[in-house]
Amino acid sequence: MIAGIDIGSRSVELVVTDGEKIIRQAKAATTFDPLSQVKKLLGELRPERIVGTGYGRNLLADADLGTEVTTITEIKAYALGTHRLFPAARTVLDIGGQDTKAISLTNTGKVARFEMNDRCAAGTGKFLEHVASVFQIPVETFGDYALEGDEVLSINSMCTVFAETEATSLMAQGQRPQNIALGLHASVVRRTANMLRRVGLEFPLVFAGGVARNRCVIRLMQDALSGEPLIPEEPDMVGAYGAALHGSRL
Amino acid sequence: MAASPHREMWEKLNLDIEAHDGLLEVLGKFYGDIYLSQEGRLGGMEYLDFVLSEVHGLRIREIQDARAAGKKVIGSFCVFVPEELTLAANAIQVGLCAGADAGKEEAEKLVPRNTCALIKSFIGFKLARICPYTESCDLIIGETTCDGKKKAYEAFGELVPMHVMEVPQQKNACDRTLWKSEILRYKDRLEALTGNTITAENLKKGIRIINDRRRALQRLNALRAAVPAPISGRDVLLINQVSFYDDPIRFTESIGKLCDQLEERIQKKEGIVPESTPRLMLSGCPMAVPNWKLPYIVEGSGAVVVGEESCIGTRNTRDLVDESGQTVEEMIDAICDRYMKIDCACFTPNTERLENIADMAKELKADGVIHYALMFCQPYAHEAFKVEKALREADIPMLSIETDYSMEDAEQLKTRVEAFVEMVS
Ligand code: SF4
Ligand code: SF4
Repeated sequence: MIAGIDIGSRSVELVVTDGEKIIRQAKAATTFDPLSQVKKLLGELRPERIVGTGYGRNLLADADLGTEVTTITEIKAYALGTHRLFPAARTVLDIGGQDTKAISLTNTGKVARFEMNDRCAAGTGKFLEHVASVFQIPVETFGDYALEGDEVLSINSMCTVFAETEATSLMAQGQRPQNIALGLHASVVRRTANMLRRVGLEFPLVFAGGVARNRCVIRLMQDALSGEPLIPEEPDMVGAYGAALHGSRL
Repeated sequence: MAASPHREMWEKLNLDIEAHDGLLEVLGKFYGDIYLSQEGRLGGMEYLDFVLSEVHGLRIREIQDARAAGKKVIGSFCVFVPEELTLAANAIQVGLCAGADAGKEEAEKLVPRNTCALIKSFIGFKLARICPYTESCDLIIGETTCDGKKKAYEAFGELVPMHVMEVPQQKNACDRTLWKSEILRYKDRLEALTGNTITAENLKKGIRIINDRRRALQRLNALRAAVPAPISGRDVLLINQVSFYDDPIRFTESIGKLCDQLEERIQKKEGIVPESTPRLMLSGCPMAVPNWKLPYIVEGSGAVVVGEESCIGTRNTRDLVDESGQTVEEMIDAICDRYMKIDCACFTPNTERLENIADMAKELKADGVIHYALMFCQPYAHEAFKVEKALREADIPMLSIETDYSMEDAEQLKTRVEAFVEMVS
């Protein structure tokens, strides 16, 4: 039994494998005490090995979990998870809570190049979460709301704070809020499409991470890239799954 | 901190004692975390530990004593300033480090906010009065390598005595002519400042001393290429950094001894890291003391740094001055030729750098290259694209990093570097 744990800025994911089988998948909010969350997720399970990934991976390495803990980066974890789910995949996009990553894979599933956003949260899940809260709409349904738009308004600022200002001033001009929401989604897609091109986008492209549940981002991405991204069934579990896969090779 | 025996000297230099104490404390802590915590270091490193612990103490005292005896001190920021001439004029040359955020807010009143950290730092160090080297200089040499520096020297020149050398941007015959005239102009300035004449004899000696230092560092670089790596990249970076302010003859001797130890180690196949450790090379902007952030992150991520293609690294040591010249004129020509070989990103075109990087990576058996540019540094940020392309053609993976001296991006840097290490392992 091997556990892969992905501690992200917003959520913690756990995937437990036994041989080839996934025997548990679970998710919890990160909170200020991610380790307790991890313990809660693990419950009674005593895996023989834990592989941590995500920005909180070192918390796991330093914690006393009674099991051997190794860590890998989320880049490697997403590459491993994606390759297992979609062996033909050549590019991975992962939009998570605070980081966006574009990874190009070799035909054997190894990382060939990658890009990651730097200090700022533009184009990440955090961005969508923030603007959704300005609209007072839960982030989970914000994409559907934006899909009701019929015109993509242009939002020029990539900065979370300034994009909000732009959105507010569009509202003051009487624009349809759905169209503003659509514009905000388009700005996320513009940024990630650029990142994908920089790593040399090749299809099949797999879109993973929490934001891959957002139907509006997916739609706009199809248009922007003139191609269809593949979406894993549990897009935010791919990192934890990749970590578990790594563990089974050790 | 206990009252330092050097306090009086620092007061005389008009340092801001409180701010300076703060700097030393941070430096000491950094040093402990980054250097002293390494396992299996060579005995010879004690020399460096000592130099660094006394960097603001004994070395400054030496410099003050020399000044009291009539010697002049020249400060520089760039490897274009020909130290051979400085020594020939019986002056001391020190590299002013500028590797930490200090006095940043103050500096931003004189230069735009989107100026690289190195420039802000040398201005900040001066404004905050925390650098005993800057305060000891009788003359500081600037060079027109990049626009940021060029313009910053206009503001800096109001705070310190300055001389700016015009470095050409191309490598045609006319550029060499310009550079030679700049070297002669520097010679005149030095002679006027020191009252000493640069003769064939003392220039020959100057060339010898600096070439010897380069040879010692070349030897070190060749030795570290062994597998397993016998010395950490951090330690070699430190050695390179120290080469800019320690006495060159003493430095060369100490590095020679260190290299002897390295040879023994290599013979015994002993490494500072296991043989399978991924080997990375750093390339790009200079890393001035105490800018150890990236090497520390790299070596904390399970890799070892086996080379620095940087001005604080091989760019400063790769080429020697031809020693066959007999007259001052011949030697000036030789110096001129040697410095025109520097492959700083400020040149256009600068294709030799691309070849040098790929060759170096191969010689060092590097598994990958991390290209390092300071944020807002145009020349190196531009070249990052070309370097990546050249390395891709040579089948060497590269990671491009842009950062500054702050720690706010440390976590993201770690993730990137670790992912790169995973990628090349
Ligand atoms: S990068 Fe260029 S300008 Fe900067 S120190 Fe090196 S040679 Fe001088
Ligand atoms: S790091 Fe770049 S911008 Fe800064 S001084 Fe050097 S060349 Fe100029």
